Amino acid sequence: MSIKYLSKRILVFIVTIILAVTINFFIPRLTPQNPVAALVGKMVSKGITVVDSDAIVQKYTEQFGMNDPLPVQYFKYLKNVILHGDLGYSISYFPGKVTDVIIRAIPYTVIIMIIANVIAFVVGNLLGALCVWKKSPKLVKGVVYFMMPFSTIPYYILALILLYLFAILLPIFPIGGVSTAGSAGGFSFKAIWDTVSHAVLPILSVVLSLIGFWALSMRGIMATVLGEDYLMYAQARGLKPGRIFFSYAVRNSLLPQITAFGIDIGKIISGSILVEIVFNYPGVGMVLYNALRTADYFVIQGVVMFIVVSVALTMLIVDLILPKLDPTIKYE
Amino acid sequence: MSALSQIRKINKRMPTLLPGIILLLILVIPPTLGRPFLDLELTQISSSRINIPPGAEYPLGTQSEGRDMLTILILGTGATLKIGLIAGAIGLAVGAILGMISGYFGGFIDKTISAIVDSFITIPPLAILILIAAATKTMSIEGMGIIVALTAWMQPTRIIRSQMLSMKERNYIRLAKLSDMGSIKIIFTEILPNLIPFLAAAFVNGVSTAILSSIGLEVLGLGSQQTLSLGMTIYYANYYSAMWRGIWWWWLPPVIVIVLIFIALFLISLSLDEIGNPKFNRL
Repeated sequence: MSIKYLSKRILVFIVTIILAVTINFFIPRLTPQNPVAALVGKMVSKGITVVDSDAIVQKYTEQFGMNDPLPVQYFKYLKNVILHGDLGYSISYFPGKVTDVIIRAIPYTVIIMIIANVIAFVVGNLLGALCVWKKSPKLVKGVVYFMMPFSTIPYYILALILLYLFAILLPIFPIGGVSTAGSAGGFSFKAIWDTVSHAVLPILSVVLSLIGFWALSMRGIMATVLGEDYLMYAQARGLKPGRIFFSYAVRNSLLPQITAFGIDIGKIISGSILVEIVFNYPGVGMVLYNALRTADYFVIQGVVMFIVVSVALTMLIVDLILPKLDPTIKYE
Repeated sequence: MSALSQIRKINKRMPTLLPGIILLLILVIPPTLGRPFLDLELTQISSSRINIPPGAEYPLGTQSEGRDMLTILILGTGATLKIGLIAGAIGLAVGAILGMISGYFGGFIDKTISAIVDSFITIPPLAILILIAAATKTMSIEGMGIIVALTAWMQPTRIIRSQMLSMKERNYIRLAKLSDMGSIKIIFTEILPNLIPFLAAAFVNGVSTAILSSIGLEVLGLGSQQTLSLGMTIYYANYYSAMWRGIWWWWLPPVIVIVLIFIALFLISLSLDEIGNPKFNRL
């Protein structure tokens, strides 16, 4: 991988972030009023008591130079967000910072997301590949057809169904939160199980839906790869079926899937943070839900920034890994 | 008789099309043809006693604001499908125009349009929708449809563009070009009729994406406040903790209808894919 390719990809990453900050800046300013005063007014009208509302308006007006001309405001905002990572103050937690509110929530979201995506990607692709593999048992096909409809149902809706089935009708898993209130914590088996059992249903809602999604597209790619000449050649050479399956068929089918992962990660992230709302899981999705309830616009903007940055970061990583996996890709 | 055998023939080629359409019709008929028989009073707050389980008087019970669940459910299904339809139509129109221009003319125009589509596909649309929806004061079903259309035009553009690329290399198009037919006339009379199955696939795809995005916004409370759609019904059920209080008839019916809508659209798009990728027939 050349330095040129690397720097070009990083440039795209930076441009995406600047674009997101720009959208974040302009949408609330499309209305003619001072946005902060308008927001505080809106919150008061919703029946939320805002302590020190004058202080908030003043602090914001100063920090973002609300009285300056728009371009000056814009560059100040850009500088604040990008150089200092400063998204301003949360209105409902004033003088708490938006970034503090979000950073506290990020670990929950990221851990759930990574576990769910790894499980779904591995299981989904394996099932999809086995589905068109001649020697695989009939059962695999049945499982894939069974999972297919799940891939079209929004994660949020699946989460509601799972919550009802496995936490209320059959109380196997807890109904929400990250741990049982008053649990001792620490590293005892009981504490670990407590944390794990709280995460099972949120993870499962994303996994169930994604498995069908990956299996479906893997099935299509694998069907094409299986018709290639090099596969017949591998068979003619008398290679073991397991080796043909993994090193020849699956390996080549996986490359477009990894590209697809980069493209779909936006949908996956924004869909799965909604699941947190169902399970009261204190991640970024829950922060968003509460911020929307209290019209805490700056926190909403912060969550949007989180989504954009994490998507851009995932795509950057995918683009940097892909040339390593696929020797036919030569990036300049 | 011939119509019946025609249907049988289509059913044999695309076995999932008919079940999908029938399922969708079952969902569409009550809110459209059945509308005159509905008592719209019952959707008002405190029009009935609250929290009544399903029974003889209220087939699906009532919820905690005193609205009749069956009426809400039927109207909500209509509202959700209307959002999908508006957004799907906008998405299809924009996608078809951009896709055809991009594929037919190629070159710089194609590169520009493709770059825009690619960047929109990667920027998570829900993020932008949340900002817009949170900044607007009131939201109607139609407004919702227009906003979520932002997420529903990229896939149609891609589908139509790639079909256009292969279509324009065919001999009859070359012949039309040689006989000095204008570009617009070629696009509309020679190419468009052949694109109909792909336009249908793109439309179904757009509707499904739009409904998905609209439900995403609605469960965050950003839906229409005037007419209850299915997503908003679930939002309020969640808001009033219907699940913990055992009022299953409030949240479960809209969940089931949403699942049925997505399955119906999935079945239809699966069969339309079959036209586009005949390779799957072997599986």
